Amino acid sequence: MTHPVDILLVFVILLNFLVLGTPSLRMTIRAAALQGAILAVLPLLVHRGFGWRVVAIAVATMALKGLLIPGLLEKAMRDIHIRHEVEPYVGFVTSLFLCAAGTGLAILFAGNLPLAPEHVGTLIVPASLATLLSGFLVLTTRRKAISQVVGYLILENGIFIFGQLLIEAMPFLVEAGVLLDLFVGIFIMGIVLNHIRQEFSSLDTDLLSELKD
Amino acid sequence: MEGASPDGAVLFGAILLLALSGVPGLFARKGGAGGERLAAVLACAGSAAGLVPAVRILFFGAELRMELPSPLPGGGILLVADPLSALFLLPVFLVPALASVYGLGYWPESEHLRDARKLRLFMGLLAASMAVVLVARSGVAFLVAWEVMALAAFFAATTEDRQPAVREAGWIYLVATHAGTLGLFGMTALLGATTGSFAWEAPAAGLAATGSASVVFLLALVGFGAKAGLFPFHFWLPGAHAGAPSHVSAVMSGVMLKVGLYGILRITSLYGAPPAWWGGLLLVLGVASALYGAALAAAQNDLKRLLAYSSIENVGIVSTGIGVALLGRSAARPEWIALGLGGALLHVLFHSLFKPLLFLGAGAVIHGTGTREMDLMGGLLRKMPKTGAAFAVGCAAVAALPPLNGFFSEFLVYLGLLRAFAGPGEALLAGFAAPALALAGGIALAAFVKLFGTVFLGNPRSEKAEHAHEPGLAMRVPILALASACLLAGLFSPFLGPGLDAAIRSWAQRDAAEATAGLSRLPALASVAPLATVASWGAALLGLVALVAAGTALLLRRQAISRGPTWDCGYARPTARMQYTGSSFGEWIALRLTPRAAAAPLEARLPEGIFPRRARVSAAAPARDPVLLRLLEPFAQRWARRFHDLHALQEGRLTIYLVYVLGTLIALLAWSVLRGWLPLP
Repeated sequence: MTHPVDILLVFVILLNFLVLGTPSLRMTIRAAALQGAILAVLPLLVHRGFGWRVVAIAVATMALKGLLIPGLLEKAMRDIHIRHEVEPYVGFVTSLFLCAAGTGLAILFAGNLPLAPEHVGTLIVPASLATLLSGFLVLTTRRKAISQVVGYLILENGIFIFGQLLIEAMPFLVEAGVLLDLFVGIFIMGIVLNHIRQEFSSLDTDLLSELKD
Repeated sequence: MEGASPDGAVLFGAILLLALSGVPGLFARKGGAGGERLAAVLACAGSAAGLVPAVRILFFGAELRMELPSPLPGGGILLVADPLSALFLLPVFLVPALASVYGLGYWPESEHLRDARKLRLFMGLLAASMAVVLVARSGVAFLVAWEVMALAAFFAATTEDRQPAVREAGWIYLVATHAGTLGLFGMTALLGATTGSFAWEAPAAGLAATGSASVVFLLALVGFGAKAGLFPFHFWLPGAHAGAPSHVSAVMSGVMLKVGLYGILRITSLYGAPPAWWGGLLLVLGVASALYGAALAAAQNDLKRLLAYSSIENVGIVSTGIGVALLGRSAARPEWIALGLGGALLHVLFHSLFKPLLFLGAGAVIHGTGTREMDLMGGLLRKMPKTGAAFAVGCAAVAALPPLNGFFSEFLVYLGLLRAFAGPGEALLAGFAAPALALAGGIALAAFVKLFGTVFLGNPRSEKAEHAHEPGLAMRVPILALASACLLAGLFSPFLGPGLDAAIRSWAQRDAAEATAGLSRLPALASVAPLATVASWGAALLGLVALVAAGTALLLRRQAISRGPTWDCGYARPTARMQYTGSSFGEWIALRLTPRAAAAPLEARLPEGIFPRRARVSAAAPARDPVLLRLLEPFAQRWARRFHDLHALQEGRLTIYLVYVLGTLIALLAWSVLRGWLPLP
């Protein structure tokens, strides 16, 4: 575990726990932003050659995941005056345990996946799966729409880590696609959130299920 | 494109013009007349341009062939316009253009701010996609064009989507068309698997009619039959045609149904010697459609539903003709092919003249009276004499009265049936089909007598009919053009002979190869059917009518004509309620001729006491098609109940759905781990 990539990935996994364990929305968003910023450095370390593509991905990731999207979320949070996630479907302690279980499973799964030999020793795949599962946990256990957006962000971070394995096979394309997807998704969510707040004066997704067809 | 023929470019440009005809209007000022006029001009220009290559291919043998590379799986796009395609292209380039002109008066943007643009856009797309369907000869391109056509028709037919009945009809149409498309997907895949390519081209001797070929045929019958409105796949048709704006109904009924029939022809043309039951099945379904359509048409009180059911009858007549031709192919009887398919194709052409005429005329009536209910009309011939006269021509044509065009095509189909029965050969089925078709023709005649009598004759039955008025020029011109075409087309049908021959040959080209094997060649239509004789008799009859009319006018010129109310023979106070209504006229048919399941419920309040006050009898056909009502809806509801418990899974909360995704992900990963641990194969 002396590889610098692995050290960063340990931080990423720890941040998953932070997101799942805190009721403060601001903390959640900041943690997700920090995670994004760490991920932005990742391509530079995984790929020793400083190709312009790698640099471009790093810069774009930093801008979007580290700054722009968290900024939008914080602004949304301020606009709608919600600071805390109260009464999630699953309590904070329980979700921490679930996250730990998910991380354990991720390491277990990763050990059994048919990987290329150069990726076997690293934490890339376990961290990716763990982050993916944590994102899912946030998405499914939280009640506030804004937390769900964060969950989406973390889910995508997991995919991003996995994408590091593919960056040589499918350079740029996957990343650019995912980033664009994410940005548009969050942009739309932001607009929808704003409209929902104006119409219903609540952002509890529980109450929104009345809208189903 | 081989040799980059100008025909191909013209056809391509024509289709493009049609497709885009509604687009400029999207950017025009809302409520202005510029967009709609431009759309009509573009549609007419495109159609006029498209008619040129269609006629050249049909009559002068200028077949078109184009192969384009395609990024989609399934090979390149193969476009072929042979005489069979060209014959079906004629209505595509005729009816939508007339409908777009008609739309200027019937659906002006100034009165329909909400939906006029949408309607024009989809009308253009519908016409263009139908043209592409007719020339597409590779599976993928065909299916894409087919789907565009189906959806464009859906959006055009649900223009008035604020009415619940229209929404329901549109929904049923969408389900029907997609069920049919599913069949076509299966058909395309199976056909591709047997031939090894998605191009619908057969070797010179035709594909062998194996077991999988029969599956292909049945899938085609379901898929194309659903579009054509063949019984029992017709259930979407009456509602969709009745609910659509009249000029959309005219296009759907006059052209789109024919595209379904074209599909059946195209697929059957690929096979060398089809088994006899293919033709037999089409014959039986055709006769069933004809009887069913005619009987239900007679029972309707809604003007447009009546016309829609009559379309089912006419589709039945066409597929009876196709059935005879298929029987002829399996029994190697070229004259059955010539008569059956000749009649079918001629009926396709002629039905696309008189049915749009009737729908456009019905639109004028609805425009003038504001209702579709025939029992509220009456006496309209006085209020709208021109439309009424044109409508009379259409009614006579659809009832196949000589010398109008409908007679000629049905005549050929009957000739084919009788020839198939008389043999040599043993098509006993045809012997039963001919009288059944005749019965259907009789009921259809009764239905149209009822329609014309109720709507145009007698006295107005309501305030609405009282204030009916003749439509504007934009609506009158297409109606009168179609009416004169109906009058003359039959008489000119001998001149259509060479074109029909070319289309028949391109369907049955395998028989030319068989000709070397000792079978007689495909005869020219003129040599097996006395079309010219019938046409000259028809011309004489028409001349006689004209002579009588001129003589009457001459005799009456000096006389003062006094006009009184209808039914003015001795009644002190004639009222409109004394007249036969559509219900009373259709009652005997509705009660006696329609099957029990389809029978109209008789709603009667009989007179009571010595001085009866109010009494009424009405026999209204159910608002939904009987097949839909008695067969499909119970079936669908049963399955809906069976699947009801699955509804708990679709809870409507995003979180729950995400849990499903998470669960699936974990299960898949766990499976990958387990597979490593367990000695599984």
